[in-house]
Parts: sequence; structure tokens; C-alpha cells
Amino acid sequence: MNLLFYIFSGLMLLCAALVVANRHPVTSAMLLILVFFFMAGLFVLLEAFFLAVIQVLVYAGAVMVLFLFVMMLLDIRSSQIRRQNAPAMLAGLSVGFAFWVEFWLILRHSALPVGAPMNFDAGIRPIGKLLFSEFVLPFEITSLLLLAALVGVVLLSQKETR
Amino acid sequence: MNIALSDYLLVSAALFAIGLAGVVMRRNTLVIYMSLEMMLNASNLALAAFSKFNAALNGQILVFFIITVAAAEVAVGLAIIVALFRVRQTVSADEINLMKY
Repeated sequence: MNLLFYIFSGLMLLCAALVVANRHPVTSAMLLILVFFFMAGLFVLLEAFFLAVIQVLVYAGAVMVLFLFVMMLLDIRSSQIRRQNAPAMLAGLSVGFAFWVEFWLILRHSALPVGAPMNFDAGIRPIGKLLFSEFVLPFEITSLLLLAALVGVVLLSQKETR
Repeated sequence: MNIALSDYLLVSAALFAIGLAGVVMRRNTLVIYMSLEMMLNASNLALAAFSKFNAALNGQILVFFIITVAAAEVAVGLAIIVALFRVRQTVSADEINLMKY
């Protein structure tokens, strides 16, 4: 279990760094799919099996297919792939590093639970019960949000006719 | 030694930091968008870890909602990028700097 955690998180962070560092967007998208798969592995280690399935289905499946479709649609020529400018790179690295160090300092001075409780049933059945009892209103609002997104995308992607 | 909650949170923070660095330093709007997705995913990992170590399912429910909203958000955002590309013929964030064209 411990070894799996180190493998998954290490490979995930490596792929994430390559997503940012890579120059070609399609390669970045492929590496991002790997990031999502390793994240699903971490979810399995956290006993969140439902989330692992959703992660692979929605993120690695639907979202990344959408990304790749848009890349094919846009047909970005290699002349548009330019090198990074140094100030932005420096700013990005320093902001990311500062955030991580800050988080590490906060974690070091906070009292977090060390061991996980044993009696934790995180199957699909309790999640479904919770989703349709306590969280039924947000669940229904989500359906409205998806409908709004659908209408918005159709409106945005139609050609100007007037 | 077992994996503690802080280890998961550190990994989540590292992923978030990588996404943040990507948003700041990349110029391609598609890659910026991918970095945003990574940041959302990092928060999902933190929520799932909290959910397990507190033996409460509410965190996982929140992750479920975040994933749903992120899927909707990606569809709208990519449609906006395509619409911008139609007008400006570029996806570089340096050249998409006007609010109205």
C-alpha cells in the first residue's frame, strides 16, 4: 500500500510537471490523461472507488476527448508553438514553489489525524443514499447547470448569421 | 510507517503548485486550461483524503459535484476558445488581450 502511494504520487507529479513543461499541446493532453489515471489510483488507495471510476470515465474519457477534439479542430500550426519567455517562467516557478512551501509550513504546525479510522464504508451504496437524501437539492441544481452549459455551448459555437 | 493525511495533502499541494506554475508561465490557452484542470484535481485529492481520514462521506460527495461542474466548465471554456480562435486565428494568451474586438 505504501509503495503504491509513492509510485502513484511520484509518477503523477512527474507527468504533471511534463504537462506544463512540454511544448506541444497534444503531448501535454496525453500526459494529462496519465495524470488523471494516477489520480484514480490514489483515489483507490483512499478507498474512494466510486470517485476512481468517475475520474476515469469523466476526466480521462469525456474531458480529454473534448480537449483533443478541440485541438484537431483548431489545427495549431507548429509556427505558433513558440518558446517560453523567461520572466513568465521565473514568475510561474516562484509562485508555485512559494505556494508549496507555504502549504508545507502550515501542515507542519497543524494537528491532523494521523491514522485513518477503520470502520469506513465508502461503497457506492452509502454515497448514493447520501446523494439522494441530504444532497438532493444540489444534485438537482447540478442538472440545471449541465443544461445551462449545454445551451451555452450551442450558442457559443454557432456561426454568426446576422 | 503508514501513509498519513499530511502526505496526501502534500501531494495535493504539489499538484496544485504545478498547475499554478503552468497557468502563470504558459502562453497557450489550451495548456492553461489543462493546468486549471490539474488544480481542480488537486483539490479533489485533498477532499478525498479528508473524507477518508475523518470517516465521513461528505468530502466524496463534494468531489462528485466538483467533477460534474468541471465537466460543464470544460465544455463552455473550450467553446469560448474555439470562438476566440475563429475571430483571432490564434490561441496564444499574449494576443488575446482585448476585452472587446
